[in-house]
Amino acid sequence: MDLKLKIWRQASPTDKGKFVDYEVHNISSDASFLEMIDILNDELIAKGERPVAFDHDCREGICGMCSMFINGHPHGPEAATTTCQLHMRKFKDGETIVIEPWRAKPFPVIRDLIVDRSAFDLIIQEAGYISASTGGTPDANAIPIKKENADLAMDAAACIGCGACVAACKNASAMLFVSAKVSQFALLPQGKVEAKDRVKKMVAKMDELGFGNCTNTYACEAECPKEISITNIARMNRQFIGAKLG
Amino acid sequence: MSNKPYYSSITKKIIMSLMGLFLLTFLLVHLTLNSFLLFDKELFNEGAHFMGTNPFIQVFQWVLFAGFAIHIIYGIILQIQNWMSRPTGYKKRAFMEQSPFSKYMIYTGLLIFIFLAIHLTNFFFVKMGWVGNGIPEVGGKEDMGQLVIDLFHNGGYVTLYVVLILLMGFHLDHAFQSAFQTLGLNHKTYWGFIKGLSRVYAIVVTLGFVIIPLILHFK
Amino acid sequence: MTKIDSKIPEGPLANKWTHYKEHQKLVNPPNKSKIDIIVVGTGLAGGAAAASLGEMGFNVKVFCIQDSPRRAHSIAAQGGINAAKNYPNDGDSIYRLFYDTVKGGDYRGREANTYRLAEVSNNIIDQCVAQGVPFAREYGGYLATRSFGGAQVSRTFYARGQTGQQLLLGAYGALSKEIKRGSVELFTRREMVDLVVMKDGRARGIIVRNLFTGEIERYSAHAVLLATGGYGNLYYLSTNAMTSNGSAAWRAYKRGAYFANPCYVQIHPTCIPVHGDYQSKLTLMSESLRNDGRIWVPKKKEDAERIRNKEIRPREIPEEDRDYYLERRYPAFGNLVPRDVASRAAKERCDAGYGVGTGKAVFLDFKDAIARLGKDVIKARYGNLFDMYERIVDDDPYETPMMIYPAIHYVMGGLWVDYELQSNIPGLFVGGEANFSDHGANRLGASALMQGLSDGYFVLPYTMQNYLADQITVGKIPTDSPEFEAAEKEVHERIDKLLSINGTETVDSIHKRLGHIMWDHAGMARTKEGLEEGIKMIQELRQEFWTNVRVPGTKEGINIELEKALRLADFLELGELLARDALHREESAGGHFREEHQTPEGEALRNDKDFMYVAAWEYQGDDKAPKLNKEPLVYENIEVKTRNYKTA
Repeated sequence: MDLKLKIWRQASPTDKGKFVDYEVHNISSDASFLEMIDILNDELIAKGERPVAFDHDCREGICGMCSMFINGHPHGPEAATTTCQLHMRKFKDGETIVIEPWRAKPFPVIRDLIVDRSAFDLIIQEAGYISASTGGTPDANAIPIKKENADLAMDAAACIGCGACVAACKNASAMLFVSAKVSQFALLPQGKVEAKDRVKKMVAKMDELGFGNCTNTYACEAECPKEISITNIARMNRQFIGAKLG
Repeated sequence: MSNKPYYSSITKKIIMSLMGLFLLTFLLVHLTLNSFLLFDKELFNEGAHFMGTNPFIQVFQWVLFAGFAIHIIYGIILQIQNWMSRPTGYKKRAFMEQSPFSKYMIYTGLLIFIFLAIHLTNFFFVKMGWVGNGIPEVGGKEDMGQLVIDLFHNGGYVTLYVVLILLMGFHLDHAFQSAFQTLGLNHKTYWGFIKGLSRVYAIVVTLGFVIIPLILHFK
Repeated sequence: MTKIDSKIPEGPLANKWTHYKEHQKLVNPPNKSKIDIIVVGTGLAGGAAAASLGEMGFNVKVFCIQDSPRRAHSIAAQGGINAAKNYPNDGDSIYRLFYDTVKGGDYRGREANTYRLAEVSNNIIDQCVAQGVPFAREYGGYLATRSFGGAQVSRTFYARGQTGQQLLLGAYGALSKEIKRGSVELFTRREMVDLVVMKDGRARGIIVRNLFTGEIERYSAHAVLLATGGYGNLYYLSTNAMTSNGSAAWRAYKRGAYFANPCYVQIHPTCIPVHGDYQSKLTLMSESLRNDGRIWVPKKKEDAERIRNKEIRPREIPEEDRDYYLERRYPAFGNLVPRDVASRAAKERCDAGYGVGTGKAVFLDFKDAIARLGKDVIKARYGNLFDMYERIVDDDPYETPMMIYPAIHYVMGGLWVDYELQSNIPGLFVGGEANFSDHGANRLGASALMQGLSDGYFVLPYTMQNYLADQITVGKIPTDSPEFEAAEKEVHERIDKLLSINGTETVDSIHKRLGHIMWDHAGMARTKEGLEEGIKMIQELRQEFWTNVRVPGTKEGINIELEKALRLADFLELGELLARDALHREESAGGHFREEHQTPEGEALRNDKDFMYVAAWEYQGDDKAPKLNKEPLVYENIEVKTRNYKTA
């Protein structure tokens, strides 16, 4: 396959940045999207140019490191797929592919396609956990948990923290990410003790960091590589109302 | 968090949705009243008279105006924050919104606001005697119905009215189910029903408001 | 020869750990805040240890290579975590888990460590449930378990196919809690490039490279914990993440820490095969697929060739022309033989010319299982995996057999540690895959997560405290001592040298060649000649690297090529040590298979008389051969047997 690429290049956080056109040739349709960029980078290095910087690590769709806005979609056009699991056979020969970094005020661009997502860590640090210190915990089977709730908690916990929800949302809202964590613990008896405090703190932090407001467009759910449901956002809203009223 | 009053994004959204649901209810009442015109002008006039004189409604109309104001002000605040949260946009962005009209709420909202202004100028302000020559009278009683019928004989006005009502329909299609989602009333067993109801509400209200001027125009 | 002291406590096996904890030295609460600890790595071992040490009141500095602690490669583990809970009432016990682990490791692990691992396994499950890890549950609300290779009981707890992710996020939550509380300070996008050892022999700090600014930074502490994972990426293609590397461990080795059993490398039989030269990474398919899938290759070479040329499709091969070679060779265990056995059998068939796909693949067929159980049941069991396979390969495994091939997955070797998980350098502790571990020569499925969390939550917080008890009067460790100066200077020199070569070969192209050498000469099946040749080739490649590599860019700012070059420089040395270890170990055991040492049927043949020891290699200088130290393995509680998977 031969492809034309339009890639966002920005040397540093303060650099203005611009799109640069590249061409790659003879790409196997079995190659992954990141392998295609690897090939481009090899050519750039051979030419003495600076390779395209991008985040990636596990390359099996679970670490949440990869983050590219490809042809108008976070992680590209294929549903329920991270960039690293996207393969070139999903593109047409000769196609022009536009590749941009995640865009959101709390996710500043560091270089090219790398953005700083530490805002997500700050939200989790605020209250995104159950405060159980090591040791002294009861037997794992001491509290039975309804299978349905355990399954729903797992659905929410599948979030990989990649930020595609923020990237997709026209408001750059982090509600899907935050609600997934709030939901996971709200559904488990162990998480109920701190539930009210948790939702208030995490929402306040999310607002403080400059994420936008949710307007229920549900773009996040459509683009989430792990298909996290917007019912988690509703659950967080319920939790929030409950916490504020009582 | 500082000590200054803090309204979280969710609090603001909840206020928006409660006001929105309130306005949705009002629209149904309004539509019911309008539909009287198709059957019996007198009935409509009686309804209008009741609305114009009943002390409870008199007080309540100011609550309604407040509802509009809060909904609009919060809508604008939220939108400005949302614009600010993405200072640099995308070069290419696909249409990803699953609730398609959600993308244009601020625009449809502002057009509804313009419509509201025209609407109020044409009816409410006339009735209050702030503009125009007042309501035509028949036998000592106000003939509100005639005012409406006269206006709807103006083809240009009907076109504008119908177009703006359609835009309002797009607003409503998203609004109804969105309010439920914001209030946390989303559950997998009845979410499909709410979304369906939302669409039905939007279509019925829009068609209702569109059909009435058309019938009156061509009658 | 240096005497290796593994510091195993006295007393009967079952009481050793309790006895240790009851008699260890403690640091009282106000003094804990006077103690600094460095933790490198935020996977299961590092994340859990940093969180637990922070909770205790120590000042912890934790470093990760990614942008967030949540992205450590522990996250990619799929299958599950073992524990001796005996919830299904099927006769499990701590002893049985201990026994299975030692046997699975081909009797090359340390008894006391492995017993402790089994002992604390139950606490791990309790801890994780309390943290909100959404383990799979039965309808009654109690925890579900499943069985895994190498065990006769159902003791594996799991969270769908994402157990590693959920356990890591649990540890990440605990770590985040401590970061918020201020007891743990987080440093992201930092890579350790050297260990600082003081004149008195104690490890007191690290040198890191800030991957954003390129700055070289110094950090000091009273003790250093390395939890930096394994060195599987030495083979270039592996199931490890792209940034997984062996440099932290290798730098510690060059500062005097022993490197133990580097040749024990686990090759996982069910990976998606290599499809092209540009390939960057291999993807693992869960071992659970072997429960229902049947592995085969064509019986006739010409059929295999026609499949490779895409002239016929796999389903067109009639039943009588298929060779279900695992079922043929191992009637009792069939497709469920341990990982090393299944991997070698696949290689044997492919080397003999029966491979499919590119020639390096075998079929894993679900046709019979679908016919027997129905497509829905198979979909419910493996739907996610089938989807993943289809996404990568573009073949529908419901319609045509999957293709699989073994790939590097995990390393049992690593830095040598004693019972306290302390290396021979005082103050340097090593946890998780980075240490030479409790798995002997081969690790059983669902045991890696168990070891990482055992080390992190329940072992290191105790043993490190024991070491730190007499450090409370030391005071802050300054970072301007000559040792820090020298270490930082060496790092700068190394980087300057790499940037100045300006040759013609990219880092990746040399890494790929190293990978081929390792795979061909020190991979699944090794020979004396092959290893000797491999060592020579590695030496030549290392020479070429240092004279002809091209590392563009500058020291400052992000320079990914420089990062990769630094890691590769260490792999080029580590690879040689691995091959030397494999060459010296004249036996076959677990993940180490020497063709000279096999039974007439082609099974691994151990040499317990001469090789029942841990090989702990000691650095002697770049131009000198490393010194071999031996830690004898003594089995007092287990009868040493030959592994047998042919008969029940």
